[in-house]
Amino acid sequence: MKAYLTRRYEFPASHRLHAESLSKAENQELYGKCNNPYGHGHNYGLYITLSGQVDPATGMVCNLADIDEFMKREVLSVFDHANLNELDAFRETVPTTENLCMEIEEMVRKGFTLAKLERVKIQETRKNSFAMLARSQNARKEMA
Amino acid sequence: MIYLTRRADFSASHYYHNPTFSPEENQRVFGKCCNLNGHGHNYSLEVTVKGEVDDKTGFVVDLKDLKEVIEREVTDAMDHRHLNKEVPEFRELIPTTENLAIVIWNRLQPRLRMAKLHRVRVYESEDLYADFYGEA
Repeated sequence: MKAYLTRRYEFPASHRLHAESLSKAENQELYGKCNNPYGHGHNYGLYITLSGQVDPATGMVCNLADIDEFMKREVLSVFDHANLNELDAFRETVPTTENLCMEIEEMVRKGFTLAKLERVKIQETRKNSFAMLARSQNARKEMA
Repeated sequence: MIYLTRRADFSASHYYHNPTFSPEENQRVFGKCCNLNGHGHNYSLEVTVKGEVDDKTGFVVDLKDLKEVIEREVTDAMDHRHLNKEVPEFRELIPTTENLAIVIWNRLQPRLRMAKLHRVRVYESEDLYADFYGEA
């Protein structure tokens, strides 16, 4: 039986939305208060969805201890209490939550091999969330 | 096609233990979840059904029927109970969140009229949930 497991993590981080290719006025017009010079922060909620056959011996898609350990070591250690603009990942790209989703999707898809990554969702605030299906596979038609 | 989701809450206790594992292996795989006196959670269940809207009633499903089936098959059977000891499916099966989603699917699926079961989602906590779509 194939099941899907979703685990939520949380990390606070700061960012500033600013595109080098745009003028000061264009940046202000496009990003509004997100372009304020010293940045601002969010408590990001990160949802990782994994899938796989439920192992009859354990009843699990994958052991929570393994995904928690991976996320702590490889992902949360990078982003927790970070200024996203300082990170290598955002030297060239703007640290929007869309780009943050794509960055984390790549880290988990390539680094965690004990179950299949299906989806990454990041809640930036209670009002905004961003989600993507993992890139190495076809999107399933129905994931309501 | 419309998707409709009904939520129900139940509180239950459980433990994880595989009798074919040694005590050390149980401890290594299941950690604190293998304490044989169990521990508990406030579970939330989301049952999503799908179907076309009926012209006469405007319903995808009769919510009263859906609510009754969920109450009988899940809430009455599992709320304030010990999953390992009081839910027959878990005499042999380890009551993980994944297996709970599968067991609830198997209890609801044959008893639903009108709409088709789409997804069973079981939250063990706000930070952990399992989904089952009836896939092999």
